[in-house]
Amino acid sequence: MSKTFIKKSNLNISQNGLEKPASSKRLEVLKTYKIYIGGQFPRTESGRYYTPVNAAGKKLANVCLSSRKDFRNAVVAARSAFSGWSGRAAFNRSQILYRMAEMLEGRKAQFIEELILHDSTKLKAEKEVNLAIDRLIYYAGWCDKFQQLYSSVNPVASSHFNFSVPEPMGVVSIIAPQNDSLLGLVSVIAPVIAGGNTCVVLASESKPLCSVTFAEVLNSSDLPGGVVNILTGSVKELISWFADHMDVNATIYCENDSDTRRMIQEKSALNLKRICLYDKINWYSDEGQSPYFIMDTQEIKTTWHPVENIAGAGAGY
Amino acid sequence: MPVVTKKKAAAKKNVIKLKFDTNWSYAPAPESKSAASINSQYDLFINGGWQKPSSKKYFNTINPATEETLSEVADASETDVNKAVTAARNAYEKYWKKIPAKERGKYIFRIARMIQEKARELAIIETLDGGKPIRESRDFDVPTAANHFFYYAGWADKLEYAFPNRRTEPLGVAGQIIPWNFPLLMAAWKIAPALATGNTVVLKPAETTPLTALKLAEIIQESDLPPGVVNIITGAGATGAAMVNHPDINKIVFTGSTEVGKIIQRAIAGTNKKVTLELGGKAANIIFEDAPIDQAVEGVINGIYFNQGHVCCAGSRLYVQESIVKEVIRKLKDRIETLIVGDPLDKNTDIGAINSQQQLETIHKYLKLGKQEGAEMYESSCRLPSKGFWCRPTMFTNVAQSSRIAQEEIFGPVLSILTFRTDDEVIEKANNSPYGLSAGVWTDKGSKIFNMTKRMRAGVIWANTFNKFDPTSPFGGYKESGFGREGGLHGLSAYVNLIG
Repeated sequence: MSKTFIKKSNLNISQNGLEKPASSKRLEVLKTYKIYIGGQFPRTESGRYYTPVNAAGKKLANVCLSSRKDFRNAVVAARSAFSGWSGRAAFNRSQILYRMAEMLEGRKAQFIEELILHDSTKLKAEKEVNLAIDRLIYYAGWCDKFQQLYSSVNPVASSHFNFSVPEPMGVVSIIAPQNDSLLGLVSVIAPVIAGGNTCVVLASESKPLCSVTFAEVLNSSDLPGGVVNILTGSVKELISWFADHMDVNATIYCENDSDTRRMIQEKSALNLKRICLYDKINWYSDEGQSPYFIMDTQEIKTTWHPVENIAGAGAGY
Repeated sequence: MPVVTKKKAAAKKNVIKLKFDTNWSYAPAPESKSAASINSQYDLFINGGWQKPSSKKYFNTINPATEETLSEVADASETDVNKAVTAARNAYEKYWKKIPAKERGKYIFRIARMIQEKARELAIIETLDGGKPIRESRDFDVPTAANHFFYYAGWADKLEYAFPNRRTEPLGVAGQIIPWNFPLLMAAWKIAPALATGNTVVLKPAETTPLTALKLAEIIQESDLPPGVVNIITGAGATGAAMVNHPDINKIVFTGSTEVGKIIQRAIAGTNKKVTLELGGKAANIIFEDAPIDQAVEGVINGIYFNQGHVCCAGSRLYVQESIVKEVIRKLKDRIETLIVGDPLDKNTDIGAINSQQQLETIHKYLKLGKQEGAEMYESSCRLPSKGFWCRPTMFTNVAQSSRIAQEEIFGPVLSILTFRTDDEVIEKANNSPYGLSAGVWTDKGSKIFNMTKRMRAGVIWANTFNKFDPTSPFGGYKESGFGREGGLHGLSAYVNLIG
């Protein structure tokens, strides 16, 4: 009997039971990278694909080249998930974001591997995954706190109880950062959903692997289907639909391409979408996280309620 | 008008009705025009002084109640806009950026006080130039404008408390374009927070109602505010466009129609200008069967007929629960018969003149449309003056959700009445609008109020009240009603960069 030789991976991932089998003995099961819409993992309705490569020119996978129709389906899913998600108790949203962090922690090795496939080093990949986990924890904590910081009870001069509170804008379309394919993705999704919005995200075009795996994390985190929808594909092809869809309330764009920014701003005028431009943010630093990111996709609602002001109704002290 | 009640003994329940067939009527109680002085001609207020327009062109502003010319005002061209922006930029760099925050605040306090001192004159001019009842300009527009300055004055040296963990810096020069429905009040909403946060201002009032803004310019001159900190220029759409496109303006603030708001957003695309838009609305006002009906009817009347319905947050879509629809419509009809339409300067007047010929035509277009779409129109039987622009308080019943008079902003004294059965149904109908500025709900049940106010997608929600405003209370819309808030703590963020 010949001796089975199992080549150890360079990565310390054996604790997950994910040791790489020797290719000569066992054929590796390749992953099909699909998109994530309404809690399901369909292929793009268009049947198209593209093949991202790494710096060395190695083909990484056949990834869905999503279409306009996929985007529209995703918006429908996001809209139908909105009232349920925004209606959840803030505490419950907080628990779900924390659960997402737990799931991500549990699958660290896979993300590190994918980031390395996308030309990261082991050290940098580990740092990026750790920061992504911590960022989810950070926003998990904000879910039931930012409202208190940015609300007000307004001392109006008339006999009314008057207060202003933040409320989620609705459906947010997001073009995720192109470079930090995991940390950037998490940093733009987390504040949007922490505030009760739902979203459709276009993943990094050149580095899409983590985004699909992150969708799997979301799918096992009690996050209701449709709250986050993730598409892969061409930014150039899809971006105008992200900016001009009439049932999208806000758009987030993270690159500094001035023509694209201008196009997004022009198209957003169709239904007065709110535009957030995050091109100057360093997602690795502390400026990459703050409750002000949550407030970027919040509206302020002011409610007036009369206070009875008849004889005997006033304070009696 | 005296209200006489009588009981119908025959009816199963007592029906209290207002009685109108009486000879009693109010004697005229006109406010005197002599307490106000209006120049025959106004130039542009730039860099602390009055400058002739480079085009040498002036246009008339009229009293919409009489069609008489009140004054002529300068038509600012691109060159004049440029002068005003340059003045504002210099003032920003030379004085306003450097002046201690508490001194900045004291200037604003001073302006607030001077508005109070000249309140009577301002109210008269507001009514003459815009057609709104003197009771409204005297009791609402002018005092609220003064209060707005007073409120934001106090913020000037307290900004570090407004944004947790951040410092603020002003944006620079703000270009502000305001509408004709609340001319002085809108000027206050714009100028006060801009100055408090350390910005300088170029403001353009609407072409049909420039006079109170020009009076405010006189007050600002009198207050010794450093020259150029506030510049007020008059003109029409072209002047506004020149401001929007001016490269040295850092912030555009616009209150007006959604249509123009969208043009502005397109125009500034690709620039670094920030923008606040306060645009149109089609507010749902919802009456449940358990509401105090008489109060609700009063609230509906105030919601739609306040300021001739020239209110972006007017409660123009009334949703009545089916079980009470007959009673509510009867009471509304009775009530609009009692509204006094006529001379805006008369202190008894409830409904003044429509702001302009053009707006009157828009309203008439919608009245025709409503009838064509199959809705039933009911209007007050009141007589209208022969001169000026007038529209009777009007309501439509049998209105379909899809009808244009239920979907589009009319901006006049026209109410569309629709019905509903359940909470879920009315929420869906109320939210089925591209707008989301304001909404109202009438019910006696507290938990239902908060269910409704939470689920309605609008920036300002009135529960068992309507059309209330206060400097401390943030105002602004969801969806196509614009973005940004004006008023209160939240109104500050439109004028600052957050740093640190």
